[in-house]
Amino acid sequence: MSTATVDESSPGRRPKGSTRLLWDRLRRDRVAMLAMIVLGLIVAATLGAPLIAAWTGHGPNAQYLTTGLSPQGLPVGPGRTFLFGADDLGRDVLVRIAYGGRISLFVGVVATGFAIGLGVVIGLVAGYYGGVVDAILSRFMDVVLSLPFLIFAVALIAIVGPGLWVSVFVIAFFSWASVGRVVRGQTLSIRQREFVEAARSIGASGPRIMLFEILPNVMAPVIVYATLLVPSAIVFESTLDFLGIGVTPPTPTWGNMLAESLNYFQEAWWFVVFPGAALLLTTLAFNVLGDAVRDALAEGER
Amino acid sequence: MELARFIVRRAIQGAVVLWIVVSAVFVMYFVAPNDVARLLAGRQADPATVAAVSRRLGLNRPLLDQYAHFLNQIIHGNLGYSFTNSEPVTTLIGQAFWVTFSLAVGGAVLWLIIGVSAGTLAALRRRHAVDHAITALALFFYSFPTFLLGELLLLGLFYELHLAGFNFFPGGGYVAFTQNPGQWAQHLILPWLTIALVSAATYARLTRASLSDVLGEDYIRTARAMGLPARWVIGRYALRSAITPVVTQFGLDLGALLGGVVVTETVFGLPGLGQLLVISIDHQDLPTIIGLVLLASTCVVVANLLVDITYVLLDPRVRVS
Repeated sequence: MSTATVDESSPGRRPKGSTRLLWDRLRRDRVAMLAMIVLGLIVAATLGAPLIAAWTGHGPNAQYLTTGLSPQGLPVGPGRTFLFGADDLGRDVLVRIAYGGRISLFVGVVATGFAIGLGVVIGLVAGYYGGVVDAILSRFMDVVLSLPFLIFAVALIAIVGPGLWVSVFVIAFFSWASVGRVVRGQTLSIRQREFVEAARSIGASGPRIMLFEILPNVMAPVIVYATLLVPSAIVFESTLDFLGIGVTPPTPTWGNMLAESLNYFQEAWWFVVFPGAALLLTTLAFNVLGDAVRDALAEGER
Repeated sequence: MELARFIVRRAIQGAVVLWIVVSAVFVMYFVAPNDVARLLAGRQADPATVAAVSRRLGLNRPLLDQYAHFLNQIIHGNLGYSFTNSEPVTTLIGQAFWVTFSLAVGGAVLWLIIGVSAGTLAALRRRHAVDHAITALALFFYSFPTFLLGELLLLGLFYELHLAGFNFFPGGGYVAFTQNPGQWAQHLILPWLTIALVSAATYARLTRASLSDVLGEDYIRTARAMGLPARWVIGRYALRSAITPVVTQFGLDLGALLGGVVVTETVFGLPGLGQLLVISIDHQDLPTIIGLVLLASTCVVVANLLVDITYVLLDPRVRVS
């Protein structure tokens, strides 16, 4: 009996409708569409990395000492055999960018997923229960937000050792607090609303109210944060690689390619420019998209 | 009086944060299931050596003892000795400190100047070409990883200009201010720009949004209607209240600033604390790493305290709450 009432009061029909509305608004935004196309191409290129490797005939870690390096041992520039040139070890930059993108996108999306999950749970709990729980969790969020996260990440990785999953967890741990803060703020105001009171009065439990009453109503800022956290996670990941504490060579990543290129940029500009362009295009496209999503959602509130 | 109480309360909060950081570092390095002695002794060390290292560091004593010892040492400013060259960590930090200080302060000043002025310009020319250009540029730089911007500046402004026979920007390195102030600045221009441009983007957006709101307020209209010069209205009234969210954000970004410094020092080969950190990690030099983490946290806490005080001085309304 009581559950049926709760289900009726929850805005169960709204999410589908609002997603549709959001999409309609985004479709009218030409810049956002361009960003989506760019992201689509990048995802396709990384998923199709083996195809690119097959087409060029170059493996991601194979060294082409005769074709990739000049007789003086310098990397050859962009041309017919190496579309984006070769690196200092005679490897194909294009193929390595395609494979490296897999790691960037994977870490970006997965770390964001964890960060959003953690931030939403902690934000909901802090905002819903208030009092001491809120005071402790809020202070904790403040501390995490104000810490020099890169330095802490570096110190942490120095003892546990680098790796793909280490990067994912470190990035998630230092990214959730901003989401937590926003969700907490929203929860604070939503829990005063009538439909939450109603759910409480018919005996719905705290977790139930948080999950079915409050969560659907804080999704808008969470979606915006998710789109904006992905590029920052990608930047974070590539920075760890750049400092040599992320995914370690020879596995190609955009970050470690750029780290290697630091020693060769005078001889081989393509070694900096192409991985750099891939990285920048990806983060830029995500940021443009995130802005567009925020504008589209704000338009709905007006 | 009220201000004094506010400062004391904030200082105590800062001290609590520092205590949490110190404890977290202790847990990370001495309680978590990893063999510090083994790590320090090196991979090839035999069990006897590992045991000796363990005894020397007091790792075989009860954890609470170790914790007390650890706290005591830190409170007395004793950060131990580097494992790589046996120099006191404080000496190593002292040598590198001014490089990082120059980089961080100069970068932050430049980023605030660029960010706030670009944001002001955009807010004053809303929906004009200038505004669109600044908004687009802000998004562009905001998307840059710091190290990539540094590398591209090196490639474009140092190397390509160098090929063109224009040798103004050096390709890296550091000259102390006391040695040659001109050279000091010249060596730091590209690193400063690297740090400033990425962060200034956020501030341009923030200032634009905040100033746009303030410019719509009644008191600004009143000031304008009174015939006060626009420069006066904006500089004296509008910017002053629009700057508050910028100051808040600046307090939050200080941690990120230090991260940016680490990366920038690596790109430009500046012998500062960031480079020291990267080298210490290569050598598994735990005392130096711990010392640097604690120093960075202390800097952030102290700087946050300063930001809080600035905040109160800028906006008297905060004092009431």
